[in-house]
Amino acid sequence: MSGVAELLEGRRVCVMGGSGGVGKTTTAAAVAMGMAARGLKVAVVTIDPAQRLAGALGLDELANEPQQIAAEPFAAAGLPLDGELWAMTLDAKRTFDELIARLAPDERTRDQILANRIYRELSDAIAGSQEFTAVAKVHELAHNGRFDLLVLDTPPSRNALDFLDAPARLTRFFEGRALQLLLRPSGAGIRLLGRGTGMALGLLRRITGAELLGDLSEFLRLLGGLVDGFRERAAQVEALLRDDGTTFLLVTSPEREPIDEAIHFQQRLATAGMSLGGAIVNRMHVDALGDGDAGQLSQLLAAHAGLSPALVELVAAAFHDEHVLALRDAENVAHLGEQLGEAVPLLRVPLLDDDVHDVAGLVRMHRCFAIPEH
Amino acid sequence: MSGLSDRRLLFVTGKGGVGKSTVAIALGIAAARRGLRTIVAELSGQDRAATVFGRVSKPGEEVQLDTRLFAISIDWRRAMEEYLHERAGRLGDLLSASRAFHAFAAATPGMHELLMIGKVWELAQEQRRVRGGLPYDLVIVDAPATGHALGALRAPRTFAQIARVGPIANQGATIDATLRDPAQTAVLAVALPEEMPVQETLFLQRGLREQLGIELAQIVANACYPQRLGPRQASGAERALAGAEPGLVRAALQAAVSEHTRAGVQREQIGRLAAACGQEPLELPYVFAPQLDRPVLEQLADLLEPTL
Repeated sequence: MSGVAELLEGRRVCVMGGSGGVGKTTTAAAVAMGMAARGLKVAVVTIDPAQRLAGALGLDELANEPQQIAAEPFAAAGLPLDGELWAMTLDAKRTFDELIARLAPDERTRDQILANRIYRELSDAIAGSQEFTAVAKVHELAHNGRFDLLVLDTPPSRNALDFLDAPARLTRFFEGRALQLLLRPSGAGIRLLGRGTGMALGLLRRITGAELLGDLSEFLRLLGGLVDGFRERAAQVEALLRDDGTTFLLVTSPEREPIDEAIHFQQRLATAGMSLGGAIVNRMHVDALGDGDAGQLSQLLAAHAGLSPALVELVAAAFHDEHVLALRDAENVAHLGEQLGEAVPLLRVPLLDDDVHDVAGLVRMHRCFAIPEH
Repeated sequence: MSGLSDRRLLFVTGKGGVGKSTVAIALGIAAARRGLRTIVAELSGQDRAATVFGRVSKPGEEVQLDTRLFAISIDWRRAMEEYLHERAGRLGDLLSASRAFHAFAAATPGMHELLMIGKVWELAQEQRRVRGGLPYDLVIVDAPATGHALGALRAPRTFAQIARVGPIANQGATIDATLRDPAQTAVLAVALPEEMPVQETLFLQRGLREQLGIELAQIVANACYPQRLGPRQASGAERALAGAEPGLVRAALQAAVSEHTRAGVQREQIGRLAAACGQEPLELPYVFAPQLDRPVLEQLADLLEPTL
């Protein structure tokens, strides 16, 4: 017997994981709202594209710092907030700029990096930077202790694992020493990396063009000054993900592909020693037939409800179509349950008639979180 | 809008989970039927197209699925090797094997995206750069979700600007010109008729227009519920539902009424999408099947046929 509230008992950070389009953002908002209703001071953090969370909360825009969400609409929708609900949409580029500024050894280096063409044009393409800045922001918020609970919606990506790899990938990037050495005009690096490198480097220069290599070399040289600070920050971020106060909630839809991805994600979490609190399956088609006999449906409809023959057939067809999906969903979720093991609670959120994108929708979704597991 | 098959390159993008791969593969089937030598190129390391056809493909390798239909899962490493080979022959091969270029590719943000887009462009060339490569009439790109797709489409231009001179600058400018030429390239957005995917489609439309001067060639509204019940039938079902005892009859009525409600919400979103984008989306039906297997994709291909 467990709902989301029990899963989050005593946790300070909740990370939503899962592949794109499964309702992570909405689920994050609904979870945060539910915990705020229980009296906690909760902040939900999401990433910028299309201002997703702002949409879900009915706000026009969210700033790069948590903002308190007005409680009245929640009370009006039947869920008074005893605590506080805060939300922010992370501007990944700006937060990364702030991180660089903080890590830079001096103002000159900071300004040079921020003005570097590679950094300016391509910093949002640094693999893992969005994911990393998101956790770094949560770390910062957790550190200053303003909130009882932080709920992090992970960035949109097809591959949910990108998120877990981010600190390591970004550290490797900052440490791009091999190339840094190589690009040093003295040639010390070339000797270090062995024979053939000189020729390879000449060819590289020919293929990429000298300007690009020059800019890149300068960029890496500047980043070099930040490596130690960055490594420390990455270690803190990793530690936060592993902390006892942090838990992951896996969000998925009942289709096969997101479920396979969810299973993969859980395996990686386990390998990394991170804790999976539970899984939420959104948009389940519920099996209403059970042991009933679908073959008799038309007859029963005609007898019981006094519907026209045409309507009987349409209603029966709607039911049969939905039932196919209910069976599919049940099978896929059973597979998920087996793979996750009995220790991982599974919460099923039925497909709601209305698409969830406003406060009333969040409240409806939240009610499903309280349904005990069967 | 019809006539997409006149182009060489067709990018399929949209929010996560809206069915981009499904639409890309179904479009591929439709194009191959039309007589076009077609390849579905996946950018996100997945292998959906080959899997549906029961084939196994190696990363970066073109694999034939059916008559005139091919698939490839684009791999940046392989794309890099090919590029270096084409540029510098044997020396290029040496460079592929050296740490220098791998370090370069890893340390340059956006380089993976550039290499992958470069490979997509190469597939669309009349004169293939890859040895023994035959030209395709149509390359359908199963692109990443909106934000990343925009980043990938921008990559050639960004590199052309940063590198200024030299082979990467030239190559970037050439690819960028191809991507932004509506006679050669089209971008197709897939959306579910729901609030957030529609919102993201509008975001994509604006991003393409403002950042690249590209207009969305086609919008596909995927997974549209059938409008099974007319208004009077819907009221009839609702009345019957209100009076029904719990059990199978009630469940069936609930299913029909819920579907009707969802279909109504979807109609509103389709209207919103059409009004905001200034074009009627092509509607694909909700598929009530346990799996999106080949027969289902063939049916969707029938429906996508008119856009080609």
